[in-house]
Amino acid sequence: MNAQARPRTELLLELADDELILGWRNSEWTGIAPFLEEDVAFSSIAQNEIGHARALYDLAAAELGTDADALAFDRAPEEYCCAPLVQLRLVPDWARTIARHVLYETADSIRIEALKGHENPELAGIAAKIEREELYHRLHAEMWLERLRDEERYAAAIEELWPYALGVLEPALRPALAERLGRPAADAVERSAPGGEFGELWSEMTMVRRSAPVGARW
Amino acid sequence: MIFEVFRQERKGQPFIHGGSFHAPDQAFAAAYAREFYARRQESVALWVVPREAIHPIEEFPDEFDLKYRRVDGYSIKARLKEARERAGTAAD
Amino acid sequence: MEASEQEFLDYVQSGGLIETDDWMPDEYRRRLIKFIEMHGNSELMGVLPERDWILRAPTLQRKLALTAKIQDEVGHCQLIYRVVEDLGKPRSACLDDLIDGKSKFHNVFHYPTKSWGDVGVIAWLVDAAAIISQKALLKCSYAPYARVMKKVCWEESFHILHGRDTVLAMVTGTAEQFELVQEALNRWWGPLMHFHGTPIPAEEDPMVTWRIKSQGNEEARQQFLDGYVPQILELGLEIPDPRLRKNEAGVWEYTEPDWDELTAVVTGHGPASQERLEFRRLSRAEVDWVSQVVLAEAA
Repeated sequence: MNAQARPRTELLLELADDELILGWRNSEWTGIAPFLEEDVAFSSIAQNEIGHARALYDLAAAELGTDADALAFDRAPEEYCCAPLVQLRLVPDWARTIARHVLYETADSIRIEALKGHENPELAGIAAKIEREELYHRLHAEMWLERLRDEERYAAAIEELWPYALGVLEPALRPALAERLGRPAADAVERSAPGGEFGELWSEMTMVRRSAPVGARW
Repeated sequence: MIFEVFRQERKGQPFIHGGSFHAPDQAFAAAYAREFYARRQESVALWVVPREAIHPIEEFPDEFDLKYRRVDGYSIKARLKEARERAGTAAD
Repeated sequence: MEASEQEFLDYVQSGGLIETDDWMPDEYRRRLIKFIEMHGNSELMGVLPERDWILRAPTLQRKLALTAKIQDEVGHCQLIYRVVEDLGKPRSACLDDLIDGKSKFHNVFHYPTKSWGDVGVIAWLVDAAAIISQKALLKCSYAPYARVMKKVCWEESFHILHGRDTVLAMVTGTAEQFELVQEALNRWWGPLMHFHGTPIPAEEDPMVTWRIKSQGNEEARQQFLDGYVPQILELGLEIPDPRLRKNEAGVWEYTEPDWDELTAVVTGHGPASQERLEFRRLSRAEVDWVSQVVLAEAA
């Protein structure tokens, strides 16, 4: 089923959850990135991702009669729709972090490109904004790729994360990803109800929120 | 490498030195300059320059006091007074 | 004092400014580097109590605001260490000395955080205390540092707003949320009273003599109390010092802080000091390879 045919809220939640959880994982580098200048730059990328998630949750929330924070924080762990790639805890491994960054930004640019033509003008509009911001994410990923491409640990990370990267996209878009990165097709690690490591993430992400009744203001 | 950033706050304003940072090359420097000097949209333009391209100059000889080229090289008060007296236009 | 040193002193005391390549007395240079380095260290260590709470922020807006605040602090560390580097001490040497316990960082960053209440109290009151000092540093005789302080002060102004907004949401929320703030304030009041340092008179403070600092410690503390005690009390919060009051002369009286405790804390004996330094040492070791590959001078 392609993006145009899927129920919109399902699609929105998938995109939003990907951006939220990736932003959450990228925030784990705050204060401990390889050097100070990069710490500041990478933090902006994480903030942009949370910003994208928020815009997408807002759109879904309007349809579901709720609000963005409720969607971001008040669901049970198995209700999240994020891809396995973004759930992985990669800190403090910078090689794997950059590998994920390169893979995700490439995959995301392919699906965002497709979404710019979505029949729903609001979603298409958000996709266009995301694309304009992610141009800078791609530039950032590319500048690191240039520096790390000859490192053994980076090459190993790309190998390891490639099946996960494929799983970010619907099957129809996967050949485009393979072509863009010059990699052979492979079996994707498909989306499924998140468990394992995600449980810990969810626990930490929602612990303050859960400490007050639903509807409390923070 | 150290890069220096000059920033323009608004169109028409001069570029002013903002600060410096470390970066491996120009590509990284561009990314970091954006972050440090424009992430709050506080600049409309940036110039990013390797520090080694900047050559400081701090000594400016003026041995013979050539102040005729400056406003303080002139004092017209006395002559102006004389001219006014002669023309009968001096203030009482 | 040598004639040139006396001339230098007269110059800075009458408002003269010093640039990086100007001649400086050894004592001035030494004090300057130590002071600025401690500031840079503090921005870097200040990240650690707060960064975990990004992951736990209870709304998207709070997550973004807290991430942006901490990002600013990392950026400030970068700006401040650059000033130290141009005075001759490389960043890697600053990081070495910090991790080895040879240099200091401000007392407030040696304490643990326990709840979202801490997040609000720190962003509001600790940042407020810091801004008072930072505004005074705008007049530092060493111009490169004063210029950096301009950018720092401008960026810090939103931190206090974010902190106060966070506190306000909780004190107007449930009883438990109010209690989170009160409990955090009870723990942070002591460190806040220590923050501006011992009440050494400005005339006796060498840092003021050299015009590196332009404000005495007690003056800064009084300014903090003047500005923030009313703001705290108007929310219905209690300040855990029964002796705290403004006297007829307009001076705040308070229970004298234990200054030995301050010394112990800043020399690495605070409740979270060693744990945080160890965390810094480990994280730096994990990513050291990246700097070697990409940017050796920034490791």
